[in-house]
Amino acid sequence: MVLAKVVGSVVSTIKEPRLEGIKFLLLEKIDVKTLKGKKDFVVAMDAVGAGEGEIVFFVGGSSSRQTDITTGKPSDATIIAIVDSFDIAGNTVYSKSSPVKGSSK
Amino acid sequence: MILARVLGNVITSARVDNMEGAVYKIVSPCTSDGSITRGEIVALDLIGAAPDEFVIVSRGSSTRQTEFTKDKPVDAVIIGIVDIVEEEGKVVFQK
Repeated sequence: MVLAKVVGSVVSTIKEPRLEGIKFLLLEKIDVKTLKGKKDFVVAMDAVGAGEGEIVFFVGGSSSRQTDITTGKPSDATIIAIVDSFDIAGNTVYSKSSPVKGSSK
Repeated sequence: MILARVLGNVITSARVDNMEGAVYKIVSPCTSDGSITRGEIVALDLIGAAPDEFVIVSRGSSTRQTEFTKDKPVDAVIIGIVDIVEEEGKVVFQK
Protein backbone atom coordinates (compact mmCIF):
# COMPACT_ATOMS: atom_id res chain seq x y z
CA MET A 1 0.00 0.00 0.00
CA VAL A 2 1.13 3.57 -0.61
CA LEU A 3 0.59 6.69 1.48
CA ALA A 4 -0.89 9.61 -0.43
CA LYS A 5 -2.77 12.84 0.06
CA VAL A 6 -6.19 13.44 -1.46
CA VAL A 7 -5.63 16.49 -3.64
CA GLY A 8 -8.87 16.49 -5.59
CA SER A 9 -11.63 14.51 -7.18
CA VAL A 10 -12.19 13.30 -10.72
CA VAL A 11 -15.65 13.44 -12.26
CA SER A 12 -16.55 11.39 -15.31
CA THR A 13 -19.94 11.24 -17.01
CA ILE A 14 -19.11 9.03 -19.96
CA LYS A 15 -17.66 5.90 -18.46
CA GLU A 16 -17.87 2.14 -18.34
CA PRO A 17 -21.43 1.32 -17.06
CA ARG A 18 -20.15 -0.66 -14.07
CA LEU A 19 -18.47 2.47 -12.73
CA GLU A 20 -21.83 4.11 -11.98
CA GLY A 21 -21.80 5.47 -8.41
CA ILE A 22 -18.08 5.02 -7.86
CA LYS A 23 -16.18 8.02 -6.50
CA PHE A 24 -12.80 8.77 -8.04
CA LEU A 25 -10.26 10.79 -6.11
CA LEU A 26 -7.01 12.29 -7.28
CA LEU A 27 -4.13 11.29 -5.02
CA GLU A 28 -0.58 12.59 -4.80
CA LYS A 29 1.95 10.23 -3.27
CA ILE A 30 3.79 11.80 -0.32
CA ASP A 31 7.26 11.62 1.13
CA VAL A 32 6.69 9.90 4.49
CA LYS A 33 9.33 11.95 6.27
CA THR A 34 8.38 15.44 5.09
CA LEU A 35 4.72 14.89 4.01
CA LYS A 36 5.60 16.75 0.82
CA GLY A 37 3.88 15.70 -2.40
CA LYS A 38 6.11 13.77 -4.80
CA LYS A 39 4.42 15.10 -7.95
CA ASP A 40 3.35 11.52 -8.58
CA PHE A 41 -0.41 11.34 -9.09
CA VAL A 42 -2.88 8.45 -9.13
CA VAL A 43 -6.62 8.26 -9.72
CA ALA A 44 -8.08 5.87 -7.15
CA MET A 45 -11.53 4.48 -6.39
CA ASP A 46 -12.71 5.43 -2.92
CA ALA A 47 -13.90 2.61 -0.63
CA VAL A 48 -13.87 4.58 2.65
CA GLY A 49 -15.35 8.04 2.02
CA ALA A 50 -12.13 10.04 2.02
CA GLY A 51 -12.10 13.79 1.41
CA GLU A 52 -9.73 16.41 0.07
CA GLY A 53 -6.74 17.13 2.29
CA GLU A 54 -6.79 13.77 4.05
CA ILE A 55 -3.85 11.39 4.16
CA VAL A 56 -4.91 7.93 3.03
CA PHE A 57 -3.34 4.78 1.77
CA PHE A 58 -4.37 2.88 -1.31
CA VAL A 59 -3.93 -0.66 -2.45
CA GLY A 60 -2.82 -1.41 -6.02
CA GLY A 61 -3.05 -4.18 -8.57
CA SER A 62 -5.55 -7.05 -8.36
CA SER A 63 -5.88 -6.48 -4.60
CA SER A 64 -7.72 -3.25 -5.30
CA ARG A 65 -10.76 -5.29 -6.38
CA GLN A 66 -11.09 -7.00 -2.98
CA THR A 67 -13.49 -4.53 -1.34
CA ASP A 68 -17.30 -4.52 -1.36
CA ILE A 69 -17.29 -1.37 -3.48
CA THR A 70 -14.75 -2.50 -6.08
CA THR A 71 -15.58 -6.20 -6.51
CA GLY A 72 -15.92 -6.86 -10.22
CA LYS A 73 -14.91 -3.30 -11.09
CA PRO A 74 -11.93 -2.36 -13.27
CA SER A 75 -9.92 -0.79 -10.45
CA ASP A 76 -6.15 -0.86 -10.13
CA ALA A 77 -5.98 1.54 -7.17
CA THR A 78 -8.45 1.67 -4.27
CA ILE A 79 -8.34 3.82 -1.13
CA ILE A 80 -8.82 1.42 1.80
CA ALA A 81 -8.02 3.55 4.85
CA ILE A 82 -7.93 7.14 6.08
CA VAL A 83 -4.83 7.71 8.20
CA ASP A 84 -5.28 9.11 11.72
CA SER A 85 -1.56 9.31 12.41
CA PHE A 86 1.74 7.69 11.63
CA ASP A 87 5.14 7.66 13.27
CA ILE A 88 8.69 6.98 12.18
CA ALA A 89 11.24 5.80 14.72
CA GLY A 90 8.86 6.77 17.51
CA ASN A 91 8.32 10.36 16.35
CA THR A 92 4.86 11.32 15.15
CA VAL A 93 5.27 12.59 11.59
CA TYR A 94 1.57 13.13 10.91
CA SER A 95 -1.47 13.46 13.10
CA LYS A 96 -4.88 14.19 11.60
CA SER A 97 -5.70 16.65 14.38
CA SER A 98 -2.81 18.90 13.32
CA PRO A 99 -2.74 20.46 9.83
CA VAL A 100 -0.72 18.90 7.03
CA LYS A 101 2.42 20.85 6.30
CA GLY A 102 4.55 20.72 3.22
CA SER A 103 1.92 20.41 0.50
CA SER A 104 3.42 20.69 -2.94
CA LYS A 105 0.87 23.33 -3.90
CA MET B 1 9.73 -10.77 -1.76
CA ILE B 2 11.87 -7.82 -0.78
CA LEU B 3 14.02 -7.08 2.25
CA ALA B 4 12.80 -4.07 4.19
CA ARG B 5 13.26 -2.15 7.40
CA VAL B 6 10.31 -1.25 9.64
CA LEU B 7 10.19 2.54 10.06
CA GLY B 8 7.03 3.05 12.11
CA ASN B 9 3.32 2.53 12.69
CA VAL B 10 0.29 3.72 10.75
CA ILE B 11 -2.90 4.29 12.76
CA THR B 12 -6.26 4.28 10.96
CA SER B 13 -9.81 4.26 12.27
CA ALA B 14 -11.71 4.73 8.99
CA ARG B 15 -10.92 1.73 6.84
CA VAL B 16 -12.71 -0.76 4.60
CA ASP B 17 -15.03 -3.11 6.50
CA ASN B 18 -13.15 -6.33 5.86
CA MET B 19 -9.86 -5.08 7.33
CA GLU B 20 -10.89 -4.88 11.00
CA GLY B 21 -7.98 -5.79 13.25
CA ALA B 22 -5.33 -5.12 10.62
CA VAL B 23 -1.99 -3.71 11.83
CA TYR B 24 -0.11 -1.53 9.37
CA LYS B 25 3.57 -0.52 9.35
CA ILE B 26 5.61 1.83 7.20
CA VAL B 27 8.52 -0.08 5.73
CA SER B 28 11.41 0.95 3.54
CA PRO B 29 13.11 -1.36 1.04
CA CYS B 30 16.66 -2.33 2.02
CA THR B 31 19.86 -3.69 0.58
CA SER B 32 21.08 -7.08 1.84
CA ASP B 33 23.07 -5.52 4.70
CA GLY B 34 20.01 -3.71 6.02
CA SER B 35 20.68 -0.20 4.73
CA ILE B 36 17.58 1.69 3.76
CA THR B 37 16.84 2.65 0.17
CA ARG B 38 14.04 4.96 -0.96
CA GLY B 39 10.43 4.11 -1.73
CA GLU B 40 8.57 3.62 1.55
CA ILE B 41 5.36 1.60 1.46
CA VAL B 42 2.64 0.62 3.91
CA ALA B 43 2.62 -3.11 4.69
CA LEU B 44 0.20 -5.25 6.65
CA ASP B 45 1.99 -6.74 9.66
CA LEU B 46 1.04 -10.37 10.32
CA ILE B 47 3.81 -11.18 12.77
CA GLY B 48 4.29 -8.20 15.08
CA ALA B 49 7.49 -6.69 13.71
CA ALA B 50 9.06 -3.98 15.90
CA PRO B 51 10.33 -0.60 14.67
CA ASP B 52 13.77 -0.84 13.05
CA GLU B 53 13.36 -4.60 12.53
CA PHE B 54 14.71 -6.13 9.30
CA VAL B 55 11.86 -8.02 7.61
CA ILE B 56 10.75 -9.90 4.50
CA VAL B 57 7.86 -8.25 2.64
CA SER B 58 5.77 -10.02 0.03
CA ARG B 59 4.05 -7.90 -2.61
CA GLY B 60 1.34 -8.18 -5.24
CA SER B 61 -1.49 -10.70 -5.44
CA SER B 62 0.63 -13.29 -3.57
CA THR B 63 -0.01 -11.34 -0.39
CA ARG B 64 -3.55 -12.74 -0.34
CA GLN B 65 -2.25 -16.29 0.16
CA THR B 66 -2.46 -16.30 3.96
CA GLU B 67 -5.29 -17.15 6.36
CA PHE B 68 -5.88 -13.51 7.31
CA THR B 69 -5.37 -11.89 3.91
CA LYS B 70 -7.47 -14.24 1.76
CA ASP B 71 -9.86 -12.10 -0.36
CA LYS B 72 -8.64 -8.92 1.36
CA PRO B 73 -7.45 -5.67 -0.24
CA VAL B 74 -3.76 -6.08 0.54
CA ASP B 75 -0.73 -5.65 -1.73
CA ALA B 76 2.16 -5.74 0.77
CA VAL B 77 2.56 -8.02 3.80
CA ILE B 78 5.35 -8.49 6.33
CA ILE B 79 5.77 -12.26 6.32
CA GLY B 80 9.00 -12.78 8.28
CA ILE B 81 11.64 -11.23 10.52
CA VAL B 82 15.19 -11.62 9.24
CA ASP B 83 17.73 -13.26 11.55
CA ILE B 84 20.69 -13.62 9.21
CA VAL B 85 21.49 -12.66 5.61
CA GLU B 86 24.38 -14.42 3.94
CA GLU B 87 25.81 -13.23 0.66
CA GLU B 88 28.52 -15.13 -1.21
CA GLY B 89 29.36 -17.13 1.91
CA LYS B 90 29.68 -14.07 4.12
CA VAL B 91 27.20 -13.01 6.77
CA VAL B 92 26.24 -9.49 5.75
CA PHE B 93 23.48 -9.04 8.34
CA GLN B 94 22.92 -10.59 11.74
CA LYS B 95 20.10 -9.60 14.08
